Amino acid sequence: MPLFELSHIEKKYPDGTHALRGISFSIEKGDFVSIMGPSGSGKSTLLHILGFLDDYTAGEFLFEGKRYRDYTPDEIAQVRNEKMGFIFQSFNLLSRATVFDNVMLPLLYSKVPQNERKETVLSAIESVGLSHRIEHMSSQLSGGERQRVAIARALVNNPNVIFADEPTGNLDSKSGEVIMDIICDLNKKKNHTVILITHETYTAEYAERIITIRDGLLEKEVAVENRKFGSGSFIK
Amino acid sequence: MKLQDSLKTSIRGLQSNISRSLLTILGIVIGITAIILMMSMGKGAENLILNEIAGLGAETVVIRPGKEPSGPTDLGDTLFATSLKSRDLDALRKKSNVPHLITASPVLLVPGTVSFEGETYRATVMGGEAEFFANSFNIFPDRGALFGELEIRQNASVAVIGDKVATELFGLSDPLGEFIRVKDRKFRIVGIFPATGQVAFLNFDEMVIIPYTTAQQYLLGIDYFHEIITKADSPESVARTVQDIEATLREVHGIEDPEDDDFYVATQQGIVDQVQTILGALTVFLSSVVAIGLVVGGIGVMNIMLVSVTERTREIGLRKAIGATNKDILFQFLFEAVILTAIGGVIGIVLGASLSYILSIVISIGFGLNWGFVFPIFGAVLGIGMSTLVGLIFGIYPARKASLKSPIEALRYE
Repeated sequence: MPLFELSHIEKKYPDGTHALRGISFSIEKGDFVSIMGPSGSGKSTLLHILGFLDDYTAGEFLFEGKRYRDYTPDEIAQVRNEKMGFIFQSFNLLSRATVFDNVMLPLLYSKVPQNERKETVLSAIESVGLSHRIEHMSSQLSGGERQRVAIARALVNNPNVIFADEPTGNLDSKSGEVIMDIICDLNKKKNHTVILITHETYTAEYAERIITIRDGLLEKEVAVENRKFGSGSFIK
Repeated sequence: MKLQDSLKTSIRGLQSNISRSLLTILGIVIGITAIILMMSMGKGAENLILNEIAGLGAETVVIRPGKEPSGPTDLGDTLFATSLKSRDLDALRKKSNVPHLITASPVLLVPGTVSFEGETYRATVMGGEAEFFANSFNIFPDRGALFGELEIRQNASVAVIGDKVATELFGLSDPLGEFIRVKDRKFRIVGIFPATGQVAFLNFDEMVIIPYTTAQQYLLGIDYFHEIITKADSPESVARTVQDIEATLREVHGIEDPEDDDFYVATQQGIVDQVQTILGALTVFLSSVVAIGLVVGGIGVMNIMLVSVTERTREIGLRKAIGATNKDILFQFLFEAVILTAIGGVIGIVLGASLSYILSIVISIGFGLNWGFVFPIFGAVLGIGMSTLVGLIFGIYPARKASLKSPIEALRYE
């Protein structure tokens, strides 16, 4: 049973914009998939639908074999909390909170017992190499470090899937490389399914498969021949 | 999300912008401060007045001319009523009419000042029976003596004066036997009360007591009394005495229907009830004014919360993306509003009580009144309750607005 299964997914906004015009594909557990496409192609809309953040207007979408439409609003929130982790291009950290508190955030909405939380957060922060920054406010960190905090936050609940929406878009190439190293490790060493949105071919080639979207339609789906792997120095 | 986590999240949210949080609750702080101050001062005033009334003695019964005033507009009728005269006093003093009455004394108030050789003082000049005042309040002259029945019958120009009147007019010299002037008439000082301060609304230190007959004939030119103060032989016989007084006066005045009474009788309990009714009504009135203030404060909280929700749209989007339900967001913002207003309530209570305490000291020292500080426990509970309720009511709209935001639109918000 595929983890994600989409058939003829369409998304039409109230203003008439037809962002997705019938997309079908599936993603297995443990896959690393890049979704590429030019600006306005519908790739972000697709990610939002896959990440239970947005609804679709036609077609069928199954997650773990269950129709999206059959999830109640509370179950949707629970899936986002327990099974999905999000990494955004603009980090989306709470600027007035410390690194520790930012990473703790998903645990506040989870069933993880109080006494296990601290250790879980520390271990997530350690895995992205930021143990020395725990008590720093997120506003005091560099862009690369902020994105590493966002990654720690995404993986603190040990989700099945990690969504990364242009994770290197706001970073210099060196910091971007570190971020991709970590994301690769998460897939390779921890078997997290990774769905990466990018418009850079260079970044997309960390995945084993690239799905290209254009004008709301699936243009092509190809396996990456010379797949890049990270340095393997982050996640243990 | 557990309640404990919701509370922690809300507190963190408030801590992240402390100065704005404090400004938000300013309206609530002022409102609750006003409630506590008002209730504390009201209770202090009530205690003071009740203590003064208690000084009258439970067996005191006061008869006033005119109809009993039921509102401020009736006061004029009472002030200018002329229905209590000597015949009433004579009738009341007949044992067969009012058997439980032990004493009855008329009282007249003489407006104006007293003077001695160019020194003038605004004293309280009362026409009455000096012995009645002295016996009722157990205050007797330490120099000279009281005037008696003879001086009253003869319309004598004699006076017993209070300690402050003596000091103000005579300084260190002895006033006994000297003549003071009241409304162009000279009065010989026959007695001086020792310093006693305020007793049952009367400040003996500022009093000049002259025979009521003299006050009527020479100073006021009237043949009626401003009131007649009587005493029953025991507190238990007060009710019976009131009935007898009413029956006697109706007979003298030829009144058959009590509705037509041209006098009214006030007992200590009656005065206590009246004072409590007036203060109660005043407190309710002022409380409603303050309640309006609290609503305005609540609207202020709602406005700032709405601004806060808009400012933190991305945070709301993020929280939803990582698993917060609508309910979690609703509670987070609702708790923020409630915590804010409850803190406002606590600050208001502390501030109100402190101000009231300071004022009680100022009043006690400045006005020489026996004004005690009262912490209004009911007011404090009401203050906390009302401020929390204001937070709950005015926090719901912004919190609901926050909870219904779509995560995607919230995350895209610039």
